[in-house]
Amino acid sequence: MTVGLGHFLALGAVLFSIGLYGALVKRNAIVILMSIELMFNAVNVTLVAFSRFITPTLLTGQVFAIFIITVAAAEAAVGLAIIISVYRHRETVDTGQFNLLKW
Amino acid sequence: MNDPVLAVAFYVMAAITILPALAVVLTRNIIHAAVFLVASFGGVAGIFVVLSADFLAAVQLLVYAGAIAVLIIFAIMLTQNASRGSQPNEQRWPALIISAAMLVVLLGVLFQTAWPTSALAPLETTTASLGNLLLNQYVLPFEVVSVLLVAAMIGAIVLSRED
Repeated sequence: MTVGLGHFLALGAVLFSIGLYGALVKRNAIVILMSIELMFNAVNVTLVAFSRFITPTLLTGQVFAIFIITVAAAEAAVGLAIIISVYRHRETVDTGQFNLLKW
Repeated sequence: MNDPVLAVAFYVMAAITILPALAVVLTRNIIHAAVFLVASFGGVAGIFVVLSADFLAAVQLLVYAGAIAVLIIFAIMLTQNASRGSQPNEQRWPALIISAAMLVVLLGVLFQTAWPTSALAPLETTTASLGNLLLNQYVLPFEVVSVLLVAAMIGAIVLSRED
């Protein structure tokens, strides 16, 4: 049973859909961030799979995945700082309660 | 990749990735969700090893499982008083339909496309080649990402100050 490009792409697609469901459904802002990190991981798996199967000697997909990991780390840091700052003022991280912009 | 050991490794690592990811979005306990997230990151690192991306697997464990997961757990601890855990909102069924539709479309497209796969063997060790690429061909994104990291650090420090 050979494992080909389709298997890895399917894994990336499933992981992305799971992350998408979590980002849409969850109320806690930190869990939404966790689901977004799942989506980033799915994209990384897809990129590295493409790099491995289509151009195995060029490492373009892996370089791109390194940049995505870096940017995801920066985004997680800033996002969690924002959540902590909001928690200090509003005493909650329930996104159902963040309704100041609601008309 | 017709090695049966690689096939078994792929399915094991895929299970370690997908099942904790499902648990992250389905559990009501936020600490459990954070621990399942770490397991999922470990599974993705295993997938990178199956794909012969050795340096990337190490970076995944260091940055994601080591730093981002710890950051998330810190944030959970700092906001623990107010959170009743990881509750779902009222849009479970529309979100399930949308995610399932997205999955079906993605799988349909990827299995219909004739990918131009190459039968070359991948590089054995990627670290030297990645370093070469990062400093020669991709030096501009490399420097820009450095500036981005400094900006993110300053932003995070300023945002979480007590004033």
